[in-house]
Amino acid sequence: MKILKIFIIVFLSIGFSHLKSGEKNNELKSKILKNIRCLICQGQSVYDSESEFASSIKLIVDRKINEGLKEDKIYQFLREKYGDWIIYDPQFNKNTYVLWLLPLLLFLFGGAIMYKKIK
Amino acid sequence: MKNKFSLFIIIIFLSFCFFIFYKGLNNSNIYTPKIKDKKNIPIFEAKDFNSNIYINSEKIFEEDIFYIVNIWASWCIPCRTEHPLLMGLSKNQTVKLIGLNYRDNLNNAKNFINEFGNPYSQIIIDYDGTLSVEFGAYGVPETFIIDKNKIIIKKFIGPINKKIVEEIKLIIK
Amino acid sequence: MLANQIGYYSLILGLLLSFLLCGVSIKDLNSRSKQINQNVLSLSFLQLIFVIVSFLSLILSFINSDFSNETVFNNSHTTKPLFYKISGTWGNHEGSLLLWLLVLTLFIFLFLIKSREQPKKYRILTLLFQQIIIIGFFLFVLMTSNPFNYLFPIPTEGLGLNPILQDPALAIHPPILYLGYVGTSIIFSSSLAAVTQNYVSKEWGQHIKKWVLVSWIFLTIGIMLGSIWAYYELGWGGFWFWDPVENVSLMPWLTLTALLHCIIVLERRAALTSWVVILSITTFTLSMCGTFLVRSGILNSVHTFANDPARGIFILIFLFILTVLSLGIFFFFHKENNKNSNNFFWLSRETSILINNWFMMYFLSVVLIGTVYPVFLDVISSEKISVGPPFYHKLIVPFLIPFLLFMSLGPKLKWIKSKIENKNSLIITFVISAMLTFFIIKNLTTDLLFYTVLISVVFFLFFITLKELFIKKFNNISRTVAHFGFSLLLLSILFNSILSSEIITNIKIGEKYSYNNGEIFFKNIEEIKESNFNSIIAYFEIKDENGKIVELKPEIRVYNQPIIITSEADIKTTLLEDKFLVMNLVKGSEYFNIRYQVKPFMVWIWISVLLLTLGGLMSLFKNRYEK
Repeated sequence: MKILKIFIIVFLSIGFSHLKSGEKNNELKSKILKNIRCLICQGQSVYDSESEFASSIKLIVDRKINEGLKEDKIYQFLREKYGDWIIYDPQFNKNTYVLWLLPLLLFLFGGAIMYKKIK
Repeated sequence: MKNKFSLFIIIIFLSFCFFIFYKGLNNSNIYTPKIKDKKNIPIFEAKDFNSNIYINSEKIFEEDIFYIVNIWASWCIPCRTEHPLLMGLSKNQTVKLIGLNYRDNLNNAKNFINEFGNPYSQIIIDYDGTLSVEFGAYGVPETFIIDKNKIIIKKFIGPINKKIVEEIKLIIK
Repeated sequence: MLANQIGYYSLILGLLLSFLLCGVSIKDLNSRSKQINQNVLSLSFLQLIFVIVSFLSLILSFINSDFSNETVFNNSHTTKPLFYKISGTWGNHEGSLLLWLLVLTLFIFLFLIKSREQPKKYRILTLLFQQIIIIGFFLFVLMTSNPFNYLFPIPTEGLGLNPILQDPALAIHPPILYLGYVGTSIIFSSSLAAVTQNYVSKEWGQHIKKWVLVSWIFLTIGIMLGSIWAYYELGWGGFWFWDPVENVSLMPWLTLTALLHCIIVLERRAALTSWVVILSITTFTLSMCGTFLVRSGILNSVHTFANDPARGIFILIFLFILTVLSLGIFFFFHKENNKNSNNFFWLSRETSILINNWFMMYFLSVVLIGTVYPVFLDVISSEKISVGPPFYHKLIVPFLIPFLLFMSLGPKLKWIKSKIENKNSLIITFVISAMLTFFIIKNLTTDLLFYTVLISVVFFLFFITLKELFIKKFNNISRTVAHFGFSLLLLSILFNSILSSEIITNIKIGEKYSYNNGEIFFKNIEEIKESNFNSIIAYFEIKDENGKIVELKPEIRVYNQPIIITSEADIKTTLLEDKFLVMNLVKGSEYFNIRYQVKPFMVWIWISVLLLTLGGLMSLFKNRYEK
């Protein structure tokens, strides 16, 4: 049982370690564009959209990448201009603690219930 | 009994969700960016419409008065409806209008001005739309009110109407 | 026009029949005969007929382009091809509700026919609970979403169907999807009936399993069809966007899968009874919740239906009543059986199924919370945020690693109490998977550790199920096939995502574009007039590194009613990879913007879902065979 727990923890931490990783330029651009919402066709990402706004954003992201701006800073720039809504990846701030933590809490809660039942 | 208690809690929780969804129905699901914090005007360089020379934003907004930045294009139909109102506002001494020509063909834009009149003390060109992004705009027309501290205090999305004009006149007194 | 009248009055008659049915069956509850009164069956059949007639009337109005009918006017056009006129019937809000009613009435009738050996009171109660749902939907249609509203004066032309919806996959996607998640209504009704009768037992489990399988199969295929359509029509080669409408179909699938596994326990031991009832209630509730989210205009999505808050309020209230009612019944009537039956030994198949539930509920909570949280935040604090693919990936993908391990080892455990046999062979399989993975991906990705672990675990499941297929363990072959299909699905998705490449560039006619692996040649364009659109077809020749040439013909369509411009991708599919080319006009220029993608193993994604479904089918027919 202990070994099982250790395995789970190791696997999960490896899982979360992948959240920090770097990429090449073109892939980076596509990755960023897929993460930005188009304000005109509101159900699509800038990557998928052909609207004028989307083209402007694509140019700006291109420029910022060439200026050497990091991914986070590009998102921050857009958030300042348009609000948090424009980025698909919700930040971890006071508005979103519940969003990120509730599923994990439920997971642990479920695990606790199961643990009681099985023992 | 434990069961009755859990049922009670669940019903309370469901009622809460029900209430939230009910309220949510009346909210629009279209997103429009708000101006929460007053923001400084962006720093940029843009080509002047008439002289074709690059000007610095500091020079454009150098005077100690109110500015109205209006994003427009010759191909934008609602811009034509708001244009007469802009002409009216330009007569006001406490404000200067700066036009931002968005993703337009220079000749068409010039024809537009010749036909409908020029309310702008200066027009700058945004050929690819990237300058408008600096202002946090995403379409045409959009209008920004800038105070004497060079802070964007109000934003209007879509063509302005008479009611908005009254509101603007109060601000720029 | 006569069709309109017939359609409308059939609905009214159907509703009246519901009340009649309720009355007759309540009386029959108390009667002493052992079989259900034949009248009940006949009335149920009659109700089904009325709904069919109403549905056919609407189809007829669409075929005839009868624009005196408001729904037809809003959603059709005389120049639509016949096939799409017909499928336009259910491609809109009102018509799709008729489809809801059709599946609801069909399934209860089939249930009555196929459950003759089941206890009478249980069958009647199932009918009654289903009728509550049916009445709710009849009222919803008649009061807020009537497909037979009159327009006068009669317009000469309709407003047209969205050209993006003119696609074969999309035409059959709603009926199949509805058979899936509206079909869960019968599971809902019968679970409630079983609870009130204290009939949540092994026998009931064996009986209801068929219905769970049928719903699950249709739901899986329905979701796959939606993805296939998205891949061919929407976006640039994507097949899942974590869009609210997609999430809404995925959530019942998750609970239904968990329910299926719980039923597998239930049909052997009288255990996990609470899980079964709760999951039955939750699945249908999620289906209805999904209906609410998609039709009320509360969420922002590429493919939401009607944007009408009044309809939203109706569904919301209906949903609330159903949920409170069903939970009330559960808490009131449900009795835990003997105290021992729910204690499992930690190393047993029951426990691994319980662990499966645990993970499935976690995945469900991620999707549910991600989908509805923006609404909650907006109402409570007026802050608007977006929750998109990065959120779901970050919270789901890491948990797949332990999940897949349990999925591989769980079926190897015996019921009640077990130990892991053949530990050595398992370890060897795992090491082989890990080494294989490492050698395959070491040059492909920067995130080596994570992907190695993830893909190793998928390969582990893959090899274990593959081995079982070869060793001819034919008991439980349905499970093996399904799990194998799932491992193949994950492998296809992961390798497709790692190995896909894309080129985006502007090119004009006659130009050649070189890239490191080959060359794209824009040969020429051709303009063709079709029945309701003008088509610009572009001919491209793509030469790969071996000198092999592939011809791709992406298309731009200019529709006439309403005026919409769409891009149709051309996709060449082989078992190895898909070549995907899509083209757009560049405003004010002779250049065209093209996106060329090479997507390895794309078709395996669809094949593996079919395998998954095959597993379900095998389980469905195995039961019949064994009887």
